[in-house]
Amino acid sequence: MKNMIQAGTSSAAFRFPVYIQSAASIAGKKEGEGPLKDSFDRIIDDPLLGKDSWESAESMLQKKASALAVKKAGLDTKDIRLAFAGDLLAQTTASSFGTAGMGIPFYGLYAACSTMGEALSLGAMAVSAGFGDHILCATSSHFASAEKEFRYPLGYGNQRPLSATWTVTGSGACIIGSDPPETENSPDSLRSGNRCAVITGITAGRIIDFGFRDSLNMGACMAPAACDTILRNLSDFGRTPSDYDAIVTGDLGIVGRNILLDMLRKNGTDIGDIHQDCGLMIYDNSTQDTHSGGSGCGCSAVVLAACLLPRIIGGQWKRMLFIPTGAMLSKVTYNEGASVPGIAHAVVIELMEI
Amino acid sequence: MDYLNAFWVGGVICALVQILLDRTKLLPGRVMVLLVCSGAVLSALGLYQPLIDYAGAGASVPLLGFGSLLWNGMKEAIDRDGFLGLFTGGFTACAAGVSAALIFSYLASLVFRPKTKK
Amino acid sequence: MISDKQQKQYEQYVKEMTPVHSLPANMAKAFLTGGLICLLGQWIQNTAAYLGADLKDAGTWCSLILIFLSVLLTGLNIYPRIGKFGGAGSLVPITGFANSVASSAVEFRTEGQIFGIGCKIFTIAGPVILYGILSSWILGVIYYFLKVAEVL
Repeated sequence: MKNMIQAGTSSAAFRFPVYIQSAASIAGKKEGEGPLKDSFDRIIDDPLLGKDSWESAESMLQKKASALAVKKAGLDTKDIRLAFAGDLLAQTTASSFGTAGMGIPFYGLYAACSTMGEALSLGAMAVSAGFGDHILCATSSHFASAEKEFRYPLGYGNQRPLSATWTVTGSGACIIGSDPPETENSPDSLRSGNRCAVITGITAGRIIDFGFRDSLNMGACMAPAACDTILRNLSDFGRTPSDYDAIVTGDLGIVGRNILLDMLRKNGTDIGDIHQDCGLMIYDNSTQDTHSGGSGCGCSAVVLAACLLPRIIGGQWKRMLFIPTGAMLSKVTYNEGASVPGIAHAVVIELMEI
Repeated sequence: MDYLNAFWVGGVICALVQILLDRTKLLPGRVMVLLVCSGAVLSALGLYQPLIDYAGAGASVPLLGFGSLLWNGMKEAIDRDGFLGLFTGGFTACAAGVSAALIFSYLASLVFRPKTKK
Repeated sequence: MISDKQQKQYEQYVKEMTPVHSLPANMAKAFLTGGLICLLGQWIQNTAAYLGADLKDAGTWCSLILIFLSVLLTGLNIYPRIGKFGGAGSLVPITGFANSVASSAVEFRTEGQIFGIGCKIFTIAGPVILYGILSSWILGVIYYFLKVAEVL
């Protein structure tokens, strides 16, 4: 019997759920001063992590998060069958020098800030198809490496528009697999009594391009993609928003959130009560001067690991739609005047009592 | 008096450019280029020198003044050397500023490490 | 596919949904910051003149010292904060140009002397130098031919 079933036009439902066996989050100093400060596994004060460059600092960050996720699952790196990891740097080098350096068979991913959604989707499909009993999914971002890659040198004195987001320095990693995490030898695995978090379905994102060009307003670039994925998820699974306790987008920020809610409302779908955005959860915009909110592949990943999954196994939420959002641009396409299309990958995460 | 004029003229130029930054899609790099080119054109039309005479550093310190410097150097060189002046005037005029920026910055790269923002 | 009309509508819609900084407040900050930098420049110029420099040399001293201060403040990570407050006020003066050179030099040192600092020191400042030289050259060509034609 096939475990994975196609649902609707672009979703997959897993007959046997994919267990999230552990989740780890490592965040930078600024993130560690925000509202989630008590939830992260580790907060790292040195933005360089003792390295010489921002790029190697980010690799280190991701490596630490991945290693911690493996450890929390009570496993050893050799137990991990596959790794799906990505980041924002050119040619995703933070992952190839980070997680991939741990010696785990590795698929590198790029889906901008939605990479955690892509990693979990591909990981869950691989688990579901029987290609691995433990699969690592990890992403990272670093404020300084992203500024250097996409914007200005850090010493440059520029002003940021209110629509701009602040790239999260952090890395989140999850181990997923076909069996529930055991608690005897690994008390830190993602399990609370008989409660586990499982992935029961995914909806793959589509590139949605409204021809919008402002890379300093990424919320507006990505909101239409989030809207598209949410609507397809609801229709593919035959659900209404009330079937979810929470719909959590990645890094739309204030501007993107408002556009998303507005667009969905125009489509007759109201998620105002259950919508949250990782970019708005990670910082206190009013005191931390982060303008529209947090962003980056690390943003949704650390919030998932530090805050969302604990709510699932804590029983607060029974079913959540996790939708990291990405703005697909490179410095070259931007300079060449191309638009900034968006993408959003949705993962359905549920509470399962075993 | 010259301090007051330098302050308010320099301030007004910056405040006007702030409108460009905030209300158009012009990024800082483009604004800088725009200012230098405008400074050169305004000077060539004889419109900028009076402002420098009036406001001193208030008009010469903004990048418009850098453009003005380039034009003045160009004109002097052409008057002195004719055709060849076209190829010596610009760099001669901005030699001090550009050299200083490059040399001091290189030295800074030896001393300072990149730091992240808070 | 999304039509051009829909794209324009979306752009307009986003504009309405996106908050912007208060322009008067930002202009006031730019005025203050830019004004103070020019004031400092005037003081350097006057001091140089007082010490015996002619007008042109006094202007050169003014540029040199402002550039030095800007590079120093960039290295000490203070100029980005001035820039964040002052906006155009710290971008427009010659110190903004120096900041762009120094920040690139410091940032890209990790990529080596040649392809790091050497190439990327011009990342932001290069266009200013190129188009400054080019525009003055074009104006110079016009001036030269007008002169040859004895119009001037």
